[in-house]
Amino acid sequence: MSEFSVELRDIVKKFPTPEGGEVFAINNVSMQIKNGEFFSMLGPSGCGKTTSLRTIAGFEWPTSGEIYIEGEPMGHRPPYLRPVNTVFQSYALFPHMSVAQNIAFGLEMEKIPKNEIKRRVAEVLEMVKLTGMERRSPAQLSGGQRQRVALARSLVKRPKVLLLDEPLGALDLKLRKEMQLELKALQQEVGITFVYVTHDQEEALTMSDRIAIMQGGNVLQVGTPVEIYERPNCRFVADFIGETNFLEGEVRVVEENRVTVHIPVLKTDIIGTKAEPLSIGEQVVVSLRPEKTRIIENKVNMENCFQGTVLNTAYIGSDTRVFVDLGGVSLRIWEQNKISTLDPEAYYERNEQVWVVVMPENALVLHAG
Amino acid sequence: MLRKLREDKSFQGTTLISPTLLFMVGLLVIPLILTLVISFGSRAADGTVIYGFSFHNYVRLFGISTECTGGKTICFDPTYARILSRSLSLAFNTTVLAILMAYPLAYFIARAPSKKRNTFLFLILVPMWTNFVIRVYAWMMLLRTHGVINGVLGWLAGLFGIDFTPFEMLYTQGAVLVGMVYEFLPFMILPLYTSLEKIDLSLYEASADLGASPIRTFLRMTLPLSMPGVVSGTILVFVPVMGTFIVSDLLGGRQIVLIGNLIQNQFLIARDPTFGSAASIILMIMTLIVTYFYTRKFGLSEEIVGI
Repeated sequence: MSEFSVELRDIVKKFPTPEGGEVFAINNVSMQIKNGEFFSMLGPSGCGKTTSLRTIAGFEWPTSGEIYIEGEPMGHRPPYLRPVNTVFQSYALFPHMSVAQNIAFGLEMEKIPKNEIKRRVAEVLEMVKLTGMERRSPAQLSGGQRQRVALARSLVKRPKVLLLDEPLGALDLKLRKEMQLELKALQQEVGITFVYVTHDQEEALTMSDRIAIMQGGNVLQVGTPVEIYERPNCRFVADFIGETNFLEGEVRVVEENRVTVHIPVLKTDIIGTKAEPLSIGEQVVVSLRPEKTRIIENKVNMENCFQGTVLNTAYIGSDTRVFVDLGGVSLRIWEQNKISTLDPEAYYERNEQVWVVVMPENALVLHAG
Repeated sequence: MLRKLREDKSFQGTTLISPTLLFMVGLLVIPLILTLVISFGSRAADGTVIYGFSFHNYVRLFGISTECTGGKTICFDPTYARILSRSLSLAFNTTVLAILMAYPLAYFIARAPSKKRNTFLFLILVPMWTNFVIRVYAWMMLLRTHGVINGVLGWLAGLFGIDFTPFEMLYTQGAVLVGMVYEFLPFMILPLYTSLEKIDLSLYEASADLGASPIRTFLRMTLPLSMPGVVSGTILVFVPVMGTFIVSDLLGGRQIVLIGNLIQNQFLIARDPTFGSAASIILMIMTLIVTYFYTRKFGLSEEIVGI
C-alpha cells in the first residue's frame, strides 16, 4: 500500500472560455495527502481548490498530470469506479428518496445483501446522531440534519478517502462551529483520509492536520496550521491567514536568520527573521502580526522600538485594537485586555504618544510581490 | 362596495375569478348538461330531439343493435365498439411514441448550455405558427402515392436501377399515427423539458459518486425525477388525441374513423344529435377514467400548470 492516500502530480486543468480562449483552473498542482490525514485546501474563491477536489472525485479530468489514489493512477476512470466519496456543498440529497434510502443507495450500487445494508445504515445513522429519522424525506430536515445525511451517505460506503466540498458553508455560525468539532472527532474515529475544501481559514485551522494554501490555480504553501500561521512562506499566505501589517523595505544585512531591513518610510532599520532565502539589496516586506506587536508608554533600550501616535482605538472585549501611526505608516496592534478594569488610564487614547516594540523573531521578512 | 373590495380578501378572490367562472359556466358547464340531457333523448324524423330518458344511444354505442338480419331482435354490432377501441389504442400508441421521441430531445435541450436552450425551445414552437390544418395537409403532400416521399424513393430506386412501386401510405392507420405524433409532440417535449431542466446537476454527480453507472443513474435519478413531466405530457397528448378528428379525417380518409369523427358525423351528416351526444359523454368518461387512474398512479404535478 502506498504511503500516500491521494497524490496529485503536476495537475493542470484548463477550461474553454465562451470567447473561445482557455482559462487555467489549476496551473500545475502537486500535492501528497497522507493516509488518515485531515487535509484542507484553503484559498479564496477561484483559487482552484474545488476543481482540484473534483479532479480527485473524477467529475473533471485533468488536462495533464496524473492523480493517484492509494498508489493507483486514476487516468480517465469515471467517478463511479473510484474508491472515494464526496460530500457536496449543496448536499445533493436525492429528493425522491427517504433518509434511509439516500444512505442505502451507495450500498445498493455495490450489490450488498439487504440485511447488511440495513445494519450498516442503522450503524451510520447512529454515528451521525440521526437515529429515528430514517423515513423522513430530505425536504423535512433542517440544514444541519441534511448535512449529516450527506455525510452518512458517503461514510456508509467506507471509502478510502472522503472528499468534502465546503460542507459547512450553508450552516449558520454556531452550528458550523459545532459541526467542525464533530467532523474532526468523526474523522479520528473512522480513520478515513479527509480532503476538505474551504475558504474559511478558521475552519481550516481548527480541523486540519495539514493545510494547502492555494491561489490562482497554484499551491503556495503546504503545512500544519502552526507552520502556515507562524511561518508563512510568502506575502500572500501571510496576508490571507489571519491579519498582519506589512512594512516595505530593502535588505541591508543578513546574518544567519537575522535580517536587517531598511524601511524608507520610517527612515530607520528593522531587525527581523527571514522565512525564505534573501540577498542583500533585495526588496522585501516585513510582516508584523497585530497580536505579536506591543505598545509601551516609555522608550526602552531594545531593538525595533519606534515612536508613534495612537490614531484610533476599538475596544472589542477580549482585545483592544489600536491603530498607531509611525509617521507615514499605520500599524494595527491588538492589545489583550488581561486586567478587568473601568479605569480609562488602562486603555490607550487617541493622540497619545506611544512606543511600539517588535521582537526580531516576530518580524517575518518575506519577498516583496 | 369599494371598501369591501379593499378589505375582504375572499371577496377580492371571488371578484377576480368571476369573469372566468362565468365563461366556464356559460360555455362549458351548461352545454355539458345539455349534452347529457340530449344524449338520453331520441331523434325525430326531421333530425330534432325528442327529449326523454332512455339509454338506447349508449346501448347502441357498445354494440347492442336492434336492426338485425335473420329475424333476430337483438344482436351484436361491433362498429362503434371498434371505433372506441381504435381511438383508445391510437391515443395510447401516440402517447408512447411521443414519450419515446420527446424524452431524448427534452433531455438534450435541458442539458444544453443555458443560452442555447431558449433557441431550441423556440425552434420547437415555430411549426405551431402555421395553422394546424395546413400542417396536416402538408403531411398529405408527403405521404400521397405520388407525393414527396414516394417521389424521392422512386428517384433513388431509378438511380440504382431498382423496380419501384409507390407505397400506399396515405389513408392508413400509420398515416394517422404519424400525423398525431407530429401534431402533439411539442406538448410532450415542453413538460418533459421543464421537469428535466429542474433536476439539480449535482444529483447526477452524487449518484455517480456513490457508484451508479450512467444507466443506473438514469433509472434511479433521471427517470423518477422526470416522472411529473411524463405524467403532464401524457395528459396533454392523450386527452386531445382521443377527441381530435381533423388528423384522422385528412390522413385516414374514410378508412380510419375515430370517436371524434363519429361525433362530428352524427351532428353534421347523420343529423342525430342524441347519438352524437352520447358518444361525446362516453368519450369524456373514458378520458376521465384513464387520466384518473394514470394520475393516481403517478401523481399530478405542477408541470401541467406550467404550460
